[in-house]
Amino acid sequence: MRTVSYIQAVTEAMTEEMERDESVFIMGEDVAWNMMGDCTGMVEKFGTERVRNTPISEAGFVGAGAGAAMVGMRPIVHMLIAPFMYVAFDQIVSIIAKSTYTYGGQARLPITLRAPMMYGVSNAAQHSDRPYATLMTIPGLKLIAPATPHDAKGMLKAAIRDDNPVITFEDRSLWGQSSEVPDGELIVPLGQAAVRREGTDVTVVTVAGAITLGLAAAEQLASEGISAEVIDLRSIVPMDTDTILESVAKTGRLLIADPAHEMGSVASEISAVVAQHGFWSLQAPIARVTTPHTHMPFNADLEKVLLPNTDKIVAEARALME
Amino acid sequence: MVVETSGHFWRFGIPSEGIAREKGELMITVDGDFLREMYRRMSRIRKFEDTTKELLLGGELYGAFHTSTGQEASIVGSCMALRTEDSMVGTHRSHGHPIGKGARLDRLLAELMGKETGVNQGKGGSMHLSDFSIGSLGETSIVGSGLPVSTGAALAYKMRGEDKVSLCFFGDGASSQGTFHESLNLAAIWKLPVVYVCENNGYGELTSAKDAISVEDISVRAVGYDMPGVTVDGQDVLAVFEAVSEAVERARGGGGPSLVETKTYRFENHAIGRLPEHYRSAEEVEYWRTERDPLVLFRQVLVERGFDEQQVDDLDAAVGEEIVAAIEFARQSPAPPPEAAFTHLFAPSAG
Repeated sequence: MRTVSYIQAVTEAMTEEMERDESVFIMGEDVAWNMMGDCTGMVEKFGTERVRNTPISEAGFVGAGAGAAMVGMRPIVHMLIAPFMYVAFDQIVSIIAKSTYTYGGQARLPITLRAPMMYGVSNAAQHSDRPYATLMTIPGLKLIAPATPHDAKGMLKAAIRDDNPVITFEDRSLWGQSSEVPDGELIVPLGQAAVRREGTDVTVVTVAGAITLGLAAAEQLASEGISAEVIDLRSIVPMDTDTILESVAKTGRLLIADPAHEMGSVASEISAVVAQHGFWSLQAPIARVTTPHTHMPFNADLEKVLLPNTDKIVAEARALME
Repeated sequence: MVVETSGHFWRFGIPSEGIAREKGELMITVDGDFLREMYRRMSRIRKFEDTTKELLLGGELYGAFHTSTGQEASIVGSCMALRTEDSMVGTHRSHGHPIGKGARLDRLLAELMGKETGVNQGKGGSMHLSDFSIGSLGETSIVGSGLPVSTGAALAYKMRGEDKVSLCFFGDGASSQGTFHESLNLAAIWKLPVVYVCENNGYGELTSAKDAISVEDISVRAVGYDMPGVTVDGQDVLAVFEAVSEAVERARGGGGPSLVETKTYRFENHAIGRLPEHYRSAEEVEYWRTERDPLVLFRQVLVERGFDEQQVDDLDAAVGEEIVAAIEFARQSPAPPPEAAFTHLFAPSAG
């Protein structure tokens, strides 16, 4: 075992897959310049053909990724930040999500879109979105949000090898975090949630970077005699609702911590699933700790108040126990 | 038999010289079998479209229905400049494109009937009539959305060192979409083996290109991306074939992308049977149907070049038989089972 940062894990995943398979390449704005620090050493190793800078032309290069995938390549398309996907939305929805289905299985789209999310750092509304819930409503896309270096590596490698489009939402609040990653091959199958801490009183499901808050809250709740079970969702589509329902059957209480906007959120979807299929296990209403339905303001203090934090999770969990 | 013909052909210069039209003459040499095949494919499209219109109006087909009638020369001239292994991308108006590249009619017709034996197993229909076995990479019904896809296929061919060419069909309307401009720019900076064929039929949905497009000849837009752009008579199959062949040869030889504009016309309304047609005059439609019908024009060329009428009639008759068999195949084919609504959402992953 080694200690590896999230961002290093991402680089390792891409580098190993590009070494293993010539059809894998990465393109996006400034990838060859290693603008984000997540492509360290790659252009030196693979050259600018396979670590390919693109113009600022999201619809063009996302769609080009789709076309390359349809004829057998396995492109990794670097979105730089998740909201830039909006510029390419028709390509993502009409082409990438729908081609395999519409053409009756004639098309395969083994494409990975990397969508780093940068919020809570005063970039204002346009740069700060966490748009996985928007994309969750579209069939035909797999969406993941790995939350540890281990999963960042193993799930990204699984995404690249998947014959379907996968969008990976990397929470940049996690990029600098380090933890143990095994040496050698590491594949983490998509579609499985992970129980990060076992507990008996309340289930806390976390999405993306909320894992940090969920684990800290669980620690605090334990000191108050409340035993929280923390589940890292990891995969948004497909969603591992079995693990959540099993946990709620045990704890009888559910709290979902999701950094995205509350309306129509992943937290909402999990709430609906548990209300429908786990209703008789519930001993209290379902709680959601999310961002209210307003935009991210530039002002750091205003922004901070809107986002989920450990105190909010603790307070909501306490309320569930009353 | 050897035929020589000249196309209507203009070339555009660079902006600093003004947009100079220099009328040139291109000579091509093709044999009689090739010409017969050209006519046969055009006839297959025409008869397929006449039949599908009849079936639609008779209630046997359903859905939004945009036919290629009138645009056969543009389609066949382009497709026959490609090799079998070259790929193409089509549009919402692409019943004709797979036929132009040699697809079986029965599986296309079955798709229009929503049958399990259809090219897309009944999930694509009229606006996505896409047969991947003949090199299609999809027919996409959001205007302009196919351009990045064809550009990406060309990127793959270039990265793998293959000598394949990617061809993209799109209409005049698509040339105002951002994806057109982004794709041409990408293809130019990366020198990709792609040919953009703009089938300018004069109308984007109901609005005249005159009211919607800043230039008279869309090929002018190639200048902005430092690639060759030509406009050609889209009703003259040999002229289209010449222009697209030159672009394909350039692409295959490492010379990068080209834009070919074919001036053509759709004989039918934007969609069959459901829209007003007050945006264009009956006289205009009549003019194109009588004076500019690509099948009639090509038949004249064939006869001038030594074919007798009977030979051409025989080609039409053979196509007619193929259509009858295709209708029978489609009618006899089973509907997809209810669970088909859930299959192909994802490809089974090799993992």
